[in-house]
Amino acid sequence: MFNYTLRRILQSIPILFILSILLFALVRTAPGGPLATAYRNPNVTKEQIEILKKHLGLDLPLPVQYVRWLGDMLRGNMGDSIKFRRPVSEMIAERIPNTLILVGVSFVITLIIAIPVGIISARKPYSFFDYTATTLTFIGQSVPVYWLGLALILVFYVAIQNPFTGKPLFPAGGMRTIGGEDSLSDLAWHLVLPVVALSASWAAWYSRFLRSSLLDVQHEDYVRTARAKGASDRVVYYKHALRNAILPLVTLIALDLPSLFAGALFIETIFSWPGMGRLFWDAARGRDYPVLLAVVMIDAVIIIFCNILADVFYGVLDPRVKYD
Amino acid sequence: MTNRSLGSQILHRFIKHRMALVAVVMLVVMVLLALGAGLTPYSPTEQNPANPFQPPSPQHWFGTDELGRDIFTRILYGGRVSLMVGLISTMIAIFLGVVVGALAGYYGGGTDNVLMRVTDTFLTLPTIFVLIILSAFLREQPYPWLKNSVFVVIVIIAALSWMWTARLVRSLFITLREREFVTATRALGGSDGGIIIRHILPNCMGPILVSATLQMAFAIILESGLSYLGFGVQPPTPTWGAILSTAQVHVYRAPWMAVYPGVMIFITVMAINFIGDGLRDAFDPYVVHADKK
Repeated sequence: MFNYTLRRILQSIPILFILSILLFALVRTAPGGPLATAYRNPNVTKEQIEILKKHLGLDLPLPVQYVRWLGDMLRGNMGDSIKFRRPVSEMIAERIPNTLILVGVSFVITLIIAIPVGIISARKPYSFFDYTATTLTFIGQSVPVYWLGLALILVFYVAIQNPFTGKPLFPAGGMRTIGGEDSLSDLAWHLVLPVVALSASWAAWYSRFLRSSLLDVQHEDYVRTARAKGASDRVVYYKHALRNAILPLVTLIALDLPSLFAGALFIETIFSWPGMGRLFWDAARGRDYPVLLAVVMIDAVIIIFCNILADVFYGVLDPRVKYD
Repeated sequence: MTNRSLGSQILHRFIKHRMALVAVVMLVVMVLLALGAGLTPYSPTEQNPANPFQPPSPQHWFGTDELGRDIFTRILYGGRVSLMVGLISTMIAIFLGVVVGALAGYYGGGTDNVLMRVTDTFLTLPTIFVLIILSAFLREQPYPWLKNSVFVVIVIIAALSWMWTARLVRSLFITLREREFVTATRALGGSDGGIIIRHILPNCMGPILVSATLQMAFAIILESGLSYLGFGVQPPTPTWGAILSTAQVHVYRAPWMAVYPGVMIFITVMAINFIGDGLRDAFDPYVVHADKK
């Protein structure tokens, strides 16, 4: 197991290497490159640009520049933001906790909804509950996350008011009330709409997946054996069937974790949530390539990490799976 | 069962899937609406500063936007663009995926290794983030043909979504290439190309079609999402995502603007998902039986 994990980690290095070359090439061939702001500024003379180029090492051959850039990246130095003239690593460190709060809470809510719904649907397939849940999951899977966010603002900010205060029921954006107290309840209040928007489609996918996974497992020999031995329905269900049915779900979730960050990009943009996604969107509009590069590289590492995690989980949880 | 061809059996099973049939009707209606966009008396792009932010009325069914344009007309034209982007990028992605998957699965060995490493690299890309960078980057290039944002969006979505089909087709080819009919064809002197295209590929059509529906739903959501964020199809060309994007800015003044484009995306994507579900059951009757046992 340990050897397998190690090999997977080593295998991912060339992939990250290729990726970094691609992204580096993309950024360096962009018009103006890292000096875009200097070129746009009419007060900067040609001579000053030459000096800047020398200073930043941009006059060196591209491969040399790449090696230097890679070395910087590995040491955690991701360069300076063109727009804000601040180290990118600093900006990202500020934003990561906010994204983790949003994604983490959404993730927990997703599981709290999806697992019971999946179980109840599978226990009584084609019942009224199952049909309702199936319809809702189809809706959940088809609603684009950005529209759901907008619709929630429309309903709970624009249309419905709190009858006691006359103010909107939920805030339409931000993480905290400006000038307000820095309390946990205030944060929770701001979290409600973004979390609902982000969790809806995931809860739909996972409950549907767990349902079909449970239905598949019910026809396995070990479930029949357990029944034949006289185990009660509950024991068969929760001890034998559920444990096995949840395996593929664990793998799926590990593989899917990175896409929660992609969903967070939309939600953070809509709700002005000061996380990585919002940072990325602002940077993309300002063509702030060092920031863009850093965010994409971090995301790629997260994706690779989650892929390895999924495989390793599978090996640990399911003794039938053997890695050599 | 009476003697029927495989095709008519599949069609029969698809028709019995009631939701899929409803979904086909919904999708046909969407396509007809998009094709009939020219029939409304308004232009999708011409501005009418005299009546911005009109609420829905008999003259303007869905109201007007901030520049006085009829939203109903813009949504119909937007449907053309959104559906076209979805369809063409899906066709390109499926084609790429089938070629890569077929070559990797059929030849195996070194070819397989190289092609699958490329596929893996693409799979580790954070799709939406890379799409945004590419879109921002390509739009700044000095080539006039890159100024056509519809074209750019089609190409970049296709370039980042062929990998799932490639993996699927590869796994199908690996099992099918060992089957007797392939060995027999080879013994009769059939060429590799002929075996791949005429003998193995037709047996993969079911899963490929199902994967195409998933792909198309994904592409439509991606295009709308990109346009919504401002990195997809550029104004004044209307697409559902782009209309939604302006609606967000005016959500307090003209809330109705945000409703309709979202409903269109939702209905289209749901219809495609249902069709995919119906196709899956139609091509793989075993799944249905296992479910209902």
